[in-house]
Amino acid sequence: MHELSIAVALVAQVQEVAARENATRVLRVVVVAGRLSGVEPDALHFAWPLAAEDTIAAHAELVVEALPLTLSCRACGVSAEADEPFPICEACGSVDVDVGAARDLRLRSIDLE
Amino acid sequence: MCKDCGCEEGNARAYFDGKAHEHDHDHEHDHDHAHDHEHDHAHVHADDGHVHVHVHLHLHGATVGHDHVHVYAHDDEHEHDHPHAHEHFHAHPHEHAHPHEPSHEPEHDTPRARTVQVEERVLAKNDQAAAVNRTWLDERGVLTVNLISSPGSGKTELLVQTLKRLHGRLPAAVVVGDQQTDNDARRLAGHGAPVRQIETQAACHLNATQVGEVLPEVVPPGTRLLFVENVGNLVCPAAFDLGEHFKIAVLSVTEGEDKPLKYPVLFSDAPVAVVTKVDLLPHLDVRLETIRANLKRVRPDVTIFEVSARTSVGMDVWVEYLESAVARGF
Repeated sequence: MHELSIAVALVAQVQEVAARENATRVLRVVVVAGRLSGVEPDALHFAWPLAAEDTIAAHAELVVEALPLTLSCRACGVSAEADEPFPICEACGSVDVDVGAARDLRLRSIDLE
Repeated sequence: MCKDCGCEEGNARAYFDGKAHEHDHDHEHDHDHAHDHEHDHAHVHADDGHVHVHVHLHLHGATVGHDHVHVYAHDDEHEHDHPHAHEHFHAHPHEHAHPHEPSHEPEHDTPRARTVQVEERVLAKNDQAAAVNRTWLDERGVLTVNLISSPGSGKTELLVQTLKRLHGRLPAAVVVGDQQTDNDARRLAGHGAPVRQIETQAACHLNATQVGEVLPEVVPPGTRLLFVENVGNLVCPAAFDLGEHFKIAVLSVTEGEDKPLKYPVLFSDAPVAVVTKVDLLPHLDVRLETIRANLKRVRPDVTIFEVSARTSVGMDVWVEYLESAVARGF
């Protein structure tokens, strides 16, 4: 399950930010998962405590926001939310689309003290 | 008066469950001097039937009155003044026990909770390692492809037959990942291309750091084409950039016509797909047209190769494509 690899990478990222901010505790971690990121929020929730154990993020709440898939078509100019997880313009069928952050799993913010 | 820190809180002694609240002081202050300031410290008290946990900021230098921040451990938040002023000396660490959150340690001289915006990809480190790999490969003119498929699709045999045909025509190299064993590397060896096995142990995908570590030894000067055979898995490898120039999805005819639809994250990200084991078609109820249609549905501009590594069907076209891709540059 690669969500564990991802949770481990996320914990390392959180630790770096926490160290930079001289934090003593991480309260909340907000992550945004694009629809084409290959990350399943439930699986990430499952893996999170395993990865965060014994770290500054050990009791932090993990929030995973799922982003809708918005495609901006470079061929016909239409920008719309896609129903299916395929990066194809539903107006003109072109694959010359900008998927925005859909392939990203992004650490949005951390609440710490 | 608190026996430990000497604070005098007037009438505001802490009670909980009828017992006087005692607390140990557990914060770090390098105070070996007395200082005049008015501050409170975190304490629990029962008041008006509510139990409050108060966290107070120290305002060093303030001499008259004090402000403090209340952190309420329960729902009804309300402000009230503490009609007391006092001095106290922090000579030793303390900690507070209170009923609401046993694991909570109140802050004293630290800022309160704040939100830090980060906006960074979680796999940023892998991405950076991948970018380093890609640059290294670009500088040496090595076209690099990441073969991703389910276990048993025929990736290794496809590569064995490909290497045999490239031998003497195009210098190639292979990095292959499996959880365990170097069986694939052994099969791939001896066909004119350097091969390196990466055993990922528990990991279900290769990552850019692992690949980067083996590049210098497996890609000698003059190499034009590097195949990375990923761990057999249609899900996870799609999320991990290895530094390749593009992904190639490998799909055998025995896996079902709708495979591309089931794994859109991968198939939409692979501009090339190789359909393998086409020699088995007479034994199956699968239609190649349906597989092609589904591949195109998820990636309309996909280039599809249909091959049998065993019977050689389609292999020449596939190898010619690889040679022209290398020649085209990238």
